[in-house]
Amino acid sequence: MSDVVLAGELPFPPRPDYLRAGSTLASWLTTTDHKRIAILYALTITVFFFMGGAAITAVRLELFVPNGWFLSSDTYNRLFSFHGIIMVWFFLVPSIPNTFGNFLMPLMIGAPDVAFPRLNLFSWYLTLVGGVFAVYTLIAGGVDTGWTFYTPFSTMFSNTHVLTAAAAVFVVGFASIATGVNFIATTHMLRAPGMTWFRLPLFVWSIYATSIVMVLSTPVLAISLMLVVAERWLGLPIFDPARGGDPILFQHLFWFYSHPAVYIMVLPAMGVVSEIIPCFARRRLFGYDFMVYAIIAIAGIGFFVWGHHMFVSGQSPYASLIFSFLSFVIAVPSAIKVFNWTASLYRGQISFNSPMLYALGFVGLFTTGGLSGLFLASIPVDVHVTDTYFVVAHFHYIMVGGSVSAFFGALHFWWPKITGKMYPESWAQFAAITMYFGFNMTFLPQFFAGYLGMPRRYHTYPAEFQVYNVMSSAGAAVLAAAYLLPLMYLTWSLLHGKRAPNNPWGATGLEWTTTSPPPPNNFDIQPLVDRGPYQYHAERESAGTDAPEVQNARSLR
Amino acid sequence: MTTVFTLPEASTHAARVDGIFAILVVVSALTLALVFGLLVTFAIRYRRGSNAKRGRLPEIVNREFEVSWTAATGFLFVFLFWWAASADVGALTAPTNALEVHVLAKQWMWKTQHSNGAREIDELHVPLGQPVRLVMTSQDVIHSFFVPAFRIKQDVLPGRNTETWFKATKLGVFPLLCAEYCGTDHSAMRGRITVMGEDDYARWLSRQPEGDDLAHLGAKLFVSQGCSGCHAASSSVHAPKLNGLYGRTVQLSDGRQLKADDAYLRDSILQPKRDIVAGFEPLMPSFAGLLDDGEVQSLTAYIRSLGQEQDHE
Amino acid sequence: MTDATALLREPWERFERQQRAGKFGIWIFLASETLFFGALMLTYAVCRVEHPDAFAAAGRATNIWFGTINTAILLTSSLTIAVASQAAAQSERSRTLVLTCLGLTAALGFAFIVVKGFEYKEDIDKHLVPGAGFALSEAAAQLFYGLYWLVTGVHAIHLTIGIVLVVRLIVLGATRRIRLRENPEIEVTALYWHLVDIVWIFLYPLIYLPGRAS
Repeated sequence: MSDVVLAGELPFPPRPDYLRAGSTLASWLTTTDHKRIAILYALTITVFFFMGGAAITAVRLELFVPNGWFLSSDTYNRLFSFHGIIMVWFFLVPSIPNTFGNFLMPLMIGAPDVAFPRLNLFSWYLTLVGGVFAVYTLIAGGVDTGWTFYTPFSTMFSNTHVLTAAAAVFVVGFASIATGVNFIATTHMLRAPGMTWFRLPLFVWSIYATSIVMVLSTPVLAISLMLVVAERWLGLPIFDPARGGDPILFQHLFWFYSHPAVYIMVLPAMGVVSEIIPCFARRRLFGYDFMVYAIIAIAGIGFFVWGHHMFVSGQSPYASLIFSFLSFVIAVPSAIKVFNWTASLYRGQISFNSPMLYALGFVGLFTTGGLSGLFLASIPVDVHVTDTYFVVAHFHYIMVGGSVSAFFGALHFWWPKITGKMYPESWAQFAAITMYFGFNMTFLPQFFAGYLGMPRRYHTYPAEFQVYNVMSSAGAAVLAAAYLLPLMYLTWSLLHGKRAPNNPWGATGLEWTTTSPPPPNNFDIQPLVDRGPYQYHAERESAGTDAPEVQNARSLR
Repeated sequence: MTTVFTLPEASTHAARVDGIFAILVVVSALTLALVFGLLVTFAIRYRRGSNAKRGRLPEIVNREFEVSWTAATGFLFVFLFWWAASADVGALTAPTNALEVHVLAKQWMWKTQHSNGAREIDELHVPLGQPVRLVMTSQDVIHSFFVPAFRIKQDVLPGRNTETWFKATKLGVFPLLCAEYCGTDHSAMRGRITVMGEDDYARWLSRQPEGDDLAHLGAKLFVSQGCSGCHAASSSVHAPKLNGLYGRTVQLSDGRQLKADDAYLRDSILQPKRDIVAGFEPLMPSFAGLLDDGEVQSLTAYIRSLGQEQDHE
Repeated sequence: MTDATALLREPWERFERQQRAGKFGIWIFLASETLFFGALMLTYAVCRVEHPDAFAAAGRATNIWFGTINTAILLTSSLTIAVASQAAAQSERSRTLVLTCLGLTAALGFAFIVVKGFEYKEDIDKHLVPGAGFALSEAAAQLFYGLYWLVTGVHAIHLTIGIVLVVRLIVLGATRRIRLRENPEIEVTALYWHLVDIVWIFLYPLIYLPGRAS
C-alpha cells in the first residue's frame, strides 16, 4: 500500500475529524485522543508563555535606567525568578514534546494513539496542578530565589514562597516523567509495519531521545527540590554548613538535572528543523545516519557535563577540567547537525515559506548560541563571564533563538494539519523576520554587556552599561510585538482561513497522508511503510524541478 | 576605566584570558561566516525555479566527507580545550610570596582585612605588581567576588574558605561586584579595588587605624577561649603542641596523614572529633557556635605565627 | 483467547502487545525511580564520606531489631506478590490463590508501616529528631537523621502507594469488576512492589549498619 495519497481523493464516506468528534467540554477534558491532549497542552503553554513574557517585560522596562524607576529590588527579584521558573518548566520543557510530540508522534509512526492514552491525559492534569501551585505562588507574592533555588539562600534566608514554587516544579516534573515513559513505549511498540528504526523521521528520534533524558534526569530535580523543602519546612539539616551540610551538594544535584534539561529543550527543536528543511528545499536530509547518532550523542554526553555551571563554585579544579573537556566534546555532534542542515540546502529547490524562515533562523541563531557555548566551556573565560549577561545571552540564543523559533516553525508547518486551515502567509513571513531581528536586537548587546562585567540578576547596574540595556529593552519591544502577531493571525485563520488540503506543502511523512485535520483514529487505512524518510527525490540525485504535487504523486523508486 | 566598549586588562591573568577570548572570537566569526555564507549562498543559488545546476550529486558528497568534517571539528574543539585548560591550570595556585587578604562577605557588603589587621568595607587597597591572595568566607549565603578588570571571580561560601589570587598590573580604581544572587540588595553589593604604587600602598597601610593584626587577636582569643589550658607548653593535659605545627604533616589515629594547613586548623577547632592525632584521646570540645569565622581566622593566623614548617616548593 | 479481548484497550490491536507495552512502560518508570532514590543515596554517600564518625555514631542509635523485622516482612511480601503475579499469568491457576497472595502482600505491607510507626515513635521519644534537643552531640549526626527521616518517609509513601494499588486489585478482582487472569496490571503492580523492596534492601545497611560492622 503506497503511503502517498493524491490530493482531492476521498475514498471513504465523510466522518468527523478529531476536532469535531465530540464538542462538549467534557469530551475535551476527559479525552484520551493524543491530538486533543496536544491542543489542551498548546492552550496551557500559551497562557504560561505570556505570563512569563509579562514578567520579563516589566524587568526590561525597569532596566532602561541604571538605578531602576518603578520596581523595588524585592519585586524585581521576584519577577526574574518567576520568568525563569515559568519559561523553563511551564513553557519550554513541555512546548514541543507535549504539543507537537503528542500530536505528531503517533501519526509519524503510523499508530492510532500513544501507548498509554490515559497516562497522557494524566500528564496534562499534573501540568495543570503544577500550574496552580505556580499561579498561587505568584498571587501570594512570588519567590525570589531565581529559577535555580540555590542554598542556603532558598533554605534559610529567603522570605518568599519557596515551598509552593518548589511544589509547582516538583509536580510538573512528574508530568514530564509520565510523558517520557509514554513516548518511549510508543516508539518501541507502536511503529507501523515496515517502519524500522532507521526509517523514522528525525522528529521521532529527537522526541524519543528527549523522553529518555526526561525519564532519567527529572527524578534528580525532584530530589533536589524535596531536600530544599525538607530543610526549609521541616528544619532537616542537609545543606546547612553549621550542621555539617554542604551547599554545593545542592548545586550538583540541581545541575545534574538542569543540564540535561537544556537538551530536553533543544533536541525536539532540532527534530522540527530536520522536518522543515528537507520539505522546503525539496531535498533528502543530508547524512540521516549521522543526524541520528548526533541526537543520541547529545542526549548521552549531556548527562556528564553539569559541572560546567559550577566552575567558580568551589568545585575541585580537576573535576572542572573533566567537565570542560566533555563540554567541548558535546559541541561536536551539535556542529555536525548544523553542517548537515546547511548541506541539505545544496542543489535544492528552496522556497521561503514561514516555516522555512523559522528553520533557517534557528540554524543561524543556534549556531551563534552554540559558539558562545565554547567560550563558556573554556574555564578561564568562563570564570570571567559566568554569572554575567554573557551567559544570559548564550542561553537565550539557544532557547529563544533556537527552541522558540523552532516552536513557531512547527506551529506554522503543522498548522494546516492540526486545524485544517491555512494561515495568511505574508503576515507569517513578516512575523518571522520581525522575530529574528527583534531577537538579535534584544540579546546581541547582552554578550557585550556581560563581557564588560555586567552581572546577571542585577536590579541596578553601573552606568556604563546603560547603552546595552537600552538596546536590549528596545529589541524586547520588537520581539514582543513579533510574538503577538501569530496570536492574532493564527486565531484569524481559525475563523476565516482557507481550508487546508491533506498535504499543502507536498511533504513526505505519514502525517501528511491522512486528512487535515486527521480523523480521531488517525488513519482510515493502516499505513504500511516501504521506504525511508525525506524521499523528495531519488538517491544521489538532488531536487527536481517539478511542482510539489507532481513530485509527490510520482512513484519514487 | 571601564568604558562602554572596553574593559581594562588590569592583572597578569587578564591578558591571558583576553587572548583566549580573542581566539575564540576569531574561530566563532570564521565558523559563523562559513555557516551564514553557505546558507545565504545556497538560499540564493538554489532558490526554487533558479537555473543553477542540480541533477546528480557530486561524488565528494558522501560518508567520508562527513566523517572528515566530524573529525576536523573534533580536533579543533579538543585543541581549544587543551589550550584554555593549560592557561587555567597555570593560574590555579597563588605564588608563595602573595600578600594575604581575608574577605568576609555578608548580605550585602564586603569586609576585607589585611594581614596587619587593617580593615575595609566595600574597598580593597592593593599594591601594584605584587600577588594578592584572597582567603574568603561568607557569613550567610553564597556570594561571589567578581573583579571584571582582573578577570577573576570566585564564589564565597558559608562554612568554608575559598581562595583566588591576582597580580595587579595597572594603577587605578576597579569595580568589585557580587556575582552570585544573594537576595534583595545583590545588585548593590559592590565595591572598589584600588591599586596603588608600592610606596603609596605602604604609606596607606601604615595610616590605617590600629587594628590588632590577626595573629595578635588570635593570641588573645587563645587565652580567653581556654585553648591555652590544654595546648600551652605548661599545661599538664596531654594535648598536641602547636609550635611549628603549621605546614607539618600530621599522623592521625586512624592511620591517615594530613597536612596542617588552614583547613585542618579550622576543622580541628570546629569539629575536633573528626581527625584525631595519633597518640591522643578525643577529648577536645568543639568550638562550633562559640567562635565566629573572623575569630577562627585570627586563631589560625596565631597558630601560623608560632612557627611554620617551610614548604618545599 | 476470547476472554482476553475484554482487557484489550486502545490503541492496541493485539492483547499480547498491550501486555508487553505495559511491562515495558513500568520498567522505564522504574528506571526513573532508580534515579530518584539513587540521588537520595548519593546525597547520603557524600555526607557520610564527609562525616564518617558522626554517621557511625548515629547509625548505632538506630533500632536494628525494627529494621531487621521490617526487612523480613518486606522480603516476604515480595514473595507473595510474585506468587500472585505468576498465578495470574497462568490461566490454570485459581483466582483464590491470586487474591489470597495479593491479600497477604497488602497485609505485610501494612505490617511494615505499623512497625515503622512504632520505630518512629521510639525515635521521637529518644529525641532523634534534628533540631534543638537532639540526642547526639555530633553536628553531622543531625544530618544522618535528617536524611533518615526523609528517606524512610519517601520510602513509606512509595510503599503506601503500592499497598493502595494492591488493595485496588483485590477489591476490583474480588467483586469481579476487572478480570485478574492474565491481567497485565498485576505484573505491573508486582514490579513496582519489587522496586520498593529493592530500595529498602539498599536502605537497610545504610541506616542500620553504620558503626555496627566492626
